[in-house]
Amino acid sequence: MKILIVGGGMGGTILGNNLARRLAPELRSGKVQIGMLSASDKHMYQPGLLYLCLGRMTPDELYRDQASLLEPSIDFKVDPVETFELDQNRVRTKSGATVGYDILVIATGSRAVPEMIPGLAENAETFYTEQSAVKMFKRLQTFQGGRVVIAVGVPHKCPMAPLEIIFMLHDYFKDRGIRDKVQLHYTYPVGRVHTLENVAKWAAPEMDRLGITYETLFNMKEIDGANRVVKSEEGSEAKYDLLITIPAHKGMEVIEKNKLGAGGFIPTDKTKLTMEGRKNVYIIGDTTNIPISKAGSTVHYQAETLGENIAAIVKLGSPVREHDGKVFCFIEVGKDRATYAQFNYTTPPDPKPPTKAVHWFKMAYNKLYWTTARGLL
Amino acid sequence: MAERIIIDARGSFCPGPLMELIARLKFGAVGEEFEVLSTDKGSASDIPEWVRKVGHELLGTREEAGVWHITLRKTK
Repeated sequence: MKILIVGGGMGGTILGNNLARRLAPELRSGKVQIGMLSASDKHMYQPGLLYLCLGRMTPDELYRDQASLLEPSIDFKVDPVETFELDQNRVRTKSGATVGYDILVIATGSRAVPEMIPGLAENAETFYTEQSAVKMFKRLQTFQGGRVVIAVGVPHKCPMAPLEIIFMLHDYFKDRGIRDKVQLHYTYPVGRVHTLENVAKWAAPEMDRLGITYETLFNMKEIDGANRVVKSEEGSEAKYDLLITIPAHKGMEVIEKNKLGAGGFIPTDKTKLTMEGRKNVYIIGDTTNIPISKAGSTVHYQAETLGENIAAIVKLGSPVREHDGKVFCFIEVGKDRATYAQFNYTTPPDPKPPTKAVHWFKMAYNKLYWTTARGLL
Repeated sequence: MAERIIIDARGSFCPGPLMELIARLKFGAVGEEFEVLSTDKGSASDIPEWVRKVGHELLGTREEAGVWHITLRKTK
């Protein structure tokens, strides 16, 4: 049986390693082959970008060689897929190769698309790529005071990022001794400060306590850079001296080009993780259109469920369990406190008051992540 | 007539029904109809409020067996 994983990000990597361990005897005997096709030979720890933009991590800390993270039994190639021929159970790659499969997993992820909002790329800072995070870090260093506005595009990766960046900026400016010269203004697309009701109930009073103002039902329409104003779909405006945005995201271009899903997000069964209308094609992570957080932990748990199910298909002939939609997100609440939100398809989160212990656990996890990618944690 | 696009946000805590609708509208065409399915009763008020505020056309809101169905047309 040929298992092909397209994408070498967090989901593809955890899944590949999980399968390689579960199917070690079958791999040795040649009954099973696992292939992985990726666009890069590097693996980025994307949550580190939040720290990079504030000067608390450096770019080299975000990367490992992808091959070093994978079980040697995985046939890894840097050769991105260009065409999906799902009716023929094969893909075609950039190098011109044709690769067949019995089971296909698409885990190509998502990308920030600042150009979806006119004026955003030219006028706003962001931290969703290494380059933009370094640029934001340098901009922050020279900022001496004024009105900082956070604006949030939809859909976006890492739903906690808007809250984390506003709280971390509070401490950043406080440490520089200029918090009294900085007005922090937070905007958010739905009618509360976070989409998770229990998180919003906790975060709004925290913002009040720290002197952070906020406006809800605010969806960016365009940025007027000349007048330093963000205009919203809802008709309101926010003036800024420094605009920091969480840009809207799309799925990868190859998904759109192959017409696999609107916006590059593939219609996916939320418990089976199969592509709609396909029994041997699975979708995980940001690539799905499941209404669930686009976050590392989302795909971490999906990959574990799928690893168990694909191994069961090989060994028993059918999957063994449905995915429950588990997500666990840390929430940094400044430079030295954090909490977390854990939930699934049936149980909402109930975040606890932030503590230093959770923050230090998050800091440790920033290093431990590489064991997660290897399928060990 | 084009097929109505169903957004099944039942049991979605994050990003939640309204955020999911805002996202899907970005990738839809003007004139397309959307139907949001939500098990969060708050959707019955916050989605229509947002739809009216932004200027899309609200077509209806109904509840069936604990699931709210909010239908609308993208107008811009």
